[in-house]
Amino acid sequence: MNPLNQYIELYNANREVIDAGSAPLLNALRPAALEVLLGNSLPVKGDEGYEVTSVDGMLAPDYGLNVARIDIPVDIAETFRCDVPNMSSLMGIVANDKFVPTKSLLRNLPEGVTVMSLAEAATRFPDRVARFYGKIAPLDNPVVALDTLLVQDGVYIHIADRVRLDRPLQIVNIFQSMVPMMAARRILVDVGENADLRLLLCDHSNNPDTDYLALQVIEAHVGERGHLEIYDIEASTAATRRLSCTYVCQESGSEFLGNATTLLNGVTRNEYTIDLRGERCSAGLYGMAIGSASQHIDNSSVINHRASRSASNQLFRYVLDDEAQGAFGGLIEVFPEAQFTEAFQTNNNILASASAQMHAKPQLIINNDDVKCSHGATTGQLNHEALFYMRSRGIPYDEARTMLMQAFMVDVINTVSVEALRDRLRHLVEKRFAGTLGSCESCRKLQ
Amino acid sequence: MNYELRIMNCTNLLDVRNLHASIGEKEILKGINLTIRRGEVHAIMGPNGSGKSTLSSVLAGNPAFTVTEGSASLHGIDLLALSPEDRSHEGLFLSFQYPVEIPGVSMVNFMRAAVNAKRKYFNEPPMSATDFLKMMRQKRAVVELDNKLASRSVNEGFSGGEKKRNEIFQMAVLEPQLSILDETDSGLDIDALRIVSQGVNTLKTSENATIVITHYQRLLDYIKPDFVHVLYKGRIVMTGGPELALELEERGYDWIKENS
Ligand SMILES: Nc1ncnc2c1ncn2[C@@H]1O[C@H](COP(=O)(O)OP(=O)(O)O)[C@@H](O)[C@H]1O
Ligand SMILES: [Mg+2]
Repeated sequence: MNPLNQYIELYNANREVIDAGSAPLLNALRPAALEVLLGNSLPVKGDEGYEVTSVDGMLAPDYGLNVARIDIPVDIAETFRCDVPNMSSLMGIVANDKFVPTKSLLRNLPEGVTVMSLAEAATRFPDRVARFYGKIAPLDNPVVALDTLLVQDGVYIHIADRVRLDRPLQIVNIFQSMVPMMAARRILVDVGENADLRLLLCDHSNNPDTDYLALQVIEAHVGERGHLEIYDIEASTAATRRLSCTYVCQESGSEFLGNATTLLNGVTRNEYTIDLRGERCSAGLYGMAIGSASQHIDNSSVINHRASRSASNQLFRYVLDDEAQGAFGGLIEVFPEAQFTEAFQTNNNILASASAQMHAKPQLIINNDDVKCSHGATTGQLNHEALFYMRSRGIPYDEARTMLMQAFMVDVINTVSVEALRDRLRHLVEKRFAGTLGSCESCRKLQ
Repeated sequence: MNYELRIMNCTNLLDVRNLHASIGEKEILKGINLTIRRGEVHAIMGPNGSGKSTLSSVLAGNPAFTVTEGSASLHGIDLLALSPEDRSHEGLFLSFQYPVEIPGVSMVNFMRAAVNAKRKYFNEPPMSATDFLKMMRQKRAVVELDNKLASRSVNEGFSGGEKKRNEIFQMAVLEPQLSILDETDSGLDIDALRIVSQGVNTLKTSENATIVITHYQRLLDYIKPDFVHVLYKGRIVMTGGPELALELEERGYDWIKENS
């Protein structure tokens, strides 16, 4: 059967159960999503914007959904085996798609900060959630439509005006299932005027050998002069498929920093769409992809400069070894109203083996004269001269290679503003290149 | 045979016999013969493009070149059978004509990796952080290398002179038995030249040996060679004492080109 139809059928057969396990606000959008999907098909490899990744193919296995919301016991003790004691992070857990706050999160949430189940928030504060739910991520993206059709829960984060969270908020997505499964989750982030949030998302699997599809849509709104950072770090498994679409809408004077890091995975497609709606916004989008074996990592970004005097900067770096495949598609669009725009985009890739592949597609659409824009993409090999220089000093070949790959990621790691996270990422990248990274490590608490 | 014995039994530190090497289809070294004993300093001179850097690269194991014929041994072991890293561990050091910049790798991490790799090769545990920093400080003093450079990426943003001093600093740390200095004098002002050559002379003992590759006599005023070889078109066409360098300084290379 056509993969999309599987899920449409699943929806049609379970409408009542799906609705019953969610909230009216989320249920209200499903018919519109269904209508979009009925006349549509999922992107296949080779479609515009999907040059190397088939969304259709990712969804081809008939994944089940836990529509009846049967509680899957997530063994928290197991998950936090690698925890660092006495760290006071604000942490929440999403088990498949169900939000589970930790006790310390509930205890430590400052006034003006809401972090809770999206379904619960949609029931308790429908007006607040309705302001942005389904308003930032458009249904004409079939992945968004599919998520909207099937999503039952996720996370709702609200930072009230002028509230600045002094510590990062960490959401750990845990996959737990003995049978192949898909989880459709939604994260809604509402950062008020002059408010400040640093959000760390990491993926973790308790059943590394089970096929899993994580479908995720993030909708984020950053109010005037607000500040939002989202670090989305994947250290999952070869059996994981991940489809993630992040939509950010920025008001005047706001700042956004996005980080997409893929350390271990199966097949991943991350999409970022950033709307610089207000004037004098800044957006930074940084990515790091490390692939070996048959990992497949596809990052795609769209930056829309809609008003004047905003700046955006992007840097994506990939190191691909073995048979790994990478793709980066980056579109910067400067609208006629967006005078004095500055938009930069860089994508550098290293193919560490002859059979690794990279597909880079930078695009610039400029409808305005008063702009400073640039984009550049390079794909090459490890620097042979540097490698020989290091070996001539006694550094063994493998270690020299690892050091060069690690060095290549330094510029991306340096864009991380949270020092503890920067150190953690540096360490994780080092372990990743040394081949000793386990899939649970990015979930350790940060202070 | 145990390592100590191997060293003691062998009189020649380096033995190169009829060495031929190519890059791609192009033969660059066309039968090099060279013997170096401990305690000696050899100068290799010759016009640009003769193959001086190629000879150093081939001895250090640069995989860009293919050895097509001949042999090279370092204190009795077959150099050509070793990886570049093992050649280093066995006591070979090359000061590069063009030291390579490595953005993102700090000098400290680079040197620590080098030092500990060598210790591992000889079954010694890694050096403690304190001992390592202490050693770095001592060795930096040999070439008056600024402490600031230690935290920078390898050779990145170093001036020409700093790069060359950095090479000799690394030589001081690794304590090689045979050092090949490939045009270490080029691009140095007179002050830097003095510092670099003093550094090299400080590291000189009766147990090690140095090959100085240079264009100019002026370096040889500081580092006195026992033998001077002229390399031309991939062959050593002439060998003499220090006076040969002076003669080359005076007469240039044309008479050699005519004679060979
Ligand atoms: N990477 C290379 N590729 C092609 N030819 C090279 C390469 N390196 C050196 N050569 C050639 O080999 C010859 C010797 O060069 P080199 O060893 O650098 O000479 P020298 O150091 O004596 O000036 C020159 O003709 C040079 O063009
Ligand atoms: Mg040369």
